[in-house]
Amino acid sequence: MAYDKFTVLKSTAVPMPIENVDTDQIIPARFLKATERKGFGDNLFRDWRYNSDDTPKKDFVLNNPIYSGKILVGGKNFGSGSSREHAAWAIYDYGFRCVVSSFFADIFKGNSLNVGILPVTVSEGFLDKIFKAIEADPKTELEVNLPEQTITLLATGESEKFDINGYKKHNLMNGYDDIDYLQAMKSNITAFAEKSLY
Amino acid sequence: MSNKPASLFDKVWDAHVVRSIPDGPDVLFIDRHFIHEVTSPVAFLGIENRGISVLYPQRTFATADHNTPTINQDQPVKDPLSAKQLAALSSNAQKYGISIWALGSPKNGIVHVVGPENGITLPGMTIVCGDSHTSTHGAFGCIAFGIGTSEVEMVLASQCIMQPKPKKMRITINGKLGKGVLPKDVALYMISQITASGATGYFCEYAGEVFENMSMEGRMTVCNMSIEMGARGGMIAPDETTFNYVKGRDKAPKGEAWDKALAYWKTLKTDDGAVFDKELVFNASNIEPQITYGTNPGLGTGITHSIPKASEVKDGEASYKKSLAYMDFQEGQPLLGKKIDYVFLGSCTNGRIEDFRAFAKVVKGRKKADNITAWLVPGSHIVEEQIKKEGILDILNEAGFELRQPGCSACLAMNDDKIPAGKYAVSTSNRNFEGRQGPGARTLLASPYVAAAVAVTGVVTDPRELLNEA
Repeated sequence: MAYDKFTVLKSTAVPMPIENVDTDQIIPARFLKATERKGFGDNLFRDWRYNSDDTPKKDFVLNNPIYSGKILVGGKNFGSGSSREHAAWAIYDYGFRCVVSSFFADIFKGNSLNVGILPVTVSEGFLDKIFKAIEADPKTELEVNLPEQTITLLATGESEKFDINGYKKHNLMNGYDDIDYLQAMKSNITAFAEKSLY
Repeated sequence: MSNKPASLFDKVWDAHVVRSIPDGPDVLFIDRHFIHEVTSPVAFLGIENRGISVLYPQRTFATADHNTPTINQDQPVKDPLSAKQLAALSSNAQKYGISIWALGSPKNGIVHVVGPENGITLPGMTIVCGDSHTSTHGAFGCIAFGIGTSEVEMVLASQCIMQPKPKKMRITINGKLGKGVLPKDVALYMISQITASGATGYFCEYAGEVFENMSMEGRMTVCNMSIEMGARGGMIAPDETTFNYVKGRDKAPKGEAWDKALAYWKTLKTDDGAVFDKELVFNASNIEPQITYGTNPGLGTGITHSIPKASEVKDGEASYKKSLAYMDFQEGQPLLGKKIDYVFLGSCTNGRIEDFRAFAKVVKGRKKADNITAWLVPGSHIVEEQIKKEGILDILNEAGFELRQPGCSACLAMNDDKIPAGKYAVSTSNRNFEGRQGPGARTLLASPYVAAAVAVTGVVTDPRELLNEA
């Protein structure tokens, strides 16, 4: 599915300083029954966001109007657990384009890149600085620069480099996906398959 | 091919690389692709929108499991959304010529149970599925891991996925497991030592006497839980135990094809001197029956222990306190004697015949505790038949238990099998996340022995006490 190209994102951020945010929290299994990819943002963090009678939980960050923006900042081991890409869809559909953490679970990271969300891994120290900056001023802005591979706290100018492989970076900046690439090398794949033992 | 000592992982990975993209991932050829109703419909829509077809439909197998009811499977599925997903799986399979074991088929069951039991899973394969517990198939010396729906679409379209090669970790456990200690305890013990994120970025190989002496069912349980310490997958070198399990299965090679395959499979082991990015060694004698008390699988301990203090765990203090608050547990509280409401035996972790044998061994001649609601869910119809054939069903019925029909069931509670809010469940499944088994449900993960001991006593009980009496 096509997604918007990603180059430079300047935005306020939503802080979620919780470790091990698993994909069951991001989107509980009972909301995985759709056969189309739409509307998942409504159920993002459903059980942290709403009471059982569907009223919003006031103390949850997404229900606090002070915080907004296209960047979600999470604690260590973000996106662990189930491989459900619905978690990345829900984050994208809600309006986030970038998730920042000191550590991502592998499958979530891959899924994010495949749907047009940039996962930015920062040091524990820098993550702490981001949380403190948002706490001090919820309107503080971050700049995520994909071409330069930097993330910057605009208020102080503090910046850190992040890693991404060149292939995925090129895809995100141009809105390409892997299937375009794989379709172009089909003859290599069919030749390979012919030699397969299985 | 170089002559440098190679690991099992390298041998299987390198044999499947179609192309290495410079400063990018490897294009990896996939031998087997499993699909189910939850993570595949959007992938099929994707290839449809692109106007392309499934490249190798004979390499993909479909089964319905995540959303299926575990009673009255002969009747129409009541939930309209679940019914629609199941119908989508069937129509997509039919449209593209993919084999399917739909609800009601005698071979239907949980994807990671039916793959191995029908010989679809074979040593040395690359296997993917839109389900993180695909790591189960690593028990056969496969590189098997869970993928997202975009990647399901990729495999349908091209039989390949793009993956950066992970780092390698070897976990060696030598010695002999004590009485009452099952493969599930080995898995929970490793996760408690490594933490729920400690193996992220790695692919694990399990080595040593404990795994060499383990049955295929046990190896599947261990490899299944690899993802719960963050590893993409885990694998065990195929050996005589593996070959004996595979031989004669429905889709396993026969005759000359078997001999050829076997000769290759015998080369699939880590060479002496192969280098790993990380090596961990544990001692079997330190492992007692385990149970979890928190909201990630790394928060577990020996069943005779108390819940650790915040200062004793590797998780951050705020996250740990949030976790215990959800469970309504206190630091320092003993686990033995804790009153439990539900017991769940099943899932791709512990829904195989050996798990039912273990459960039956403990409950035989005893009675289900009055305060316990027990859901016993076989992993497949083949497991269900075996349970009946071996007389296990009679033992269970005699003790006051009933058997449900196969499916993922309360492991992720997508169907009606939901643990009510605030209730405690001892589950043989794989995740104790908040709300995993139903909104507000509190899950303690454990082995089939522990689940059985809880089922007959109504409280957290050391199964060794009951096994000693038996």
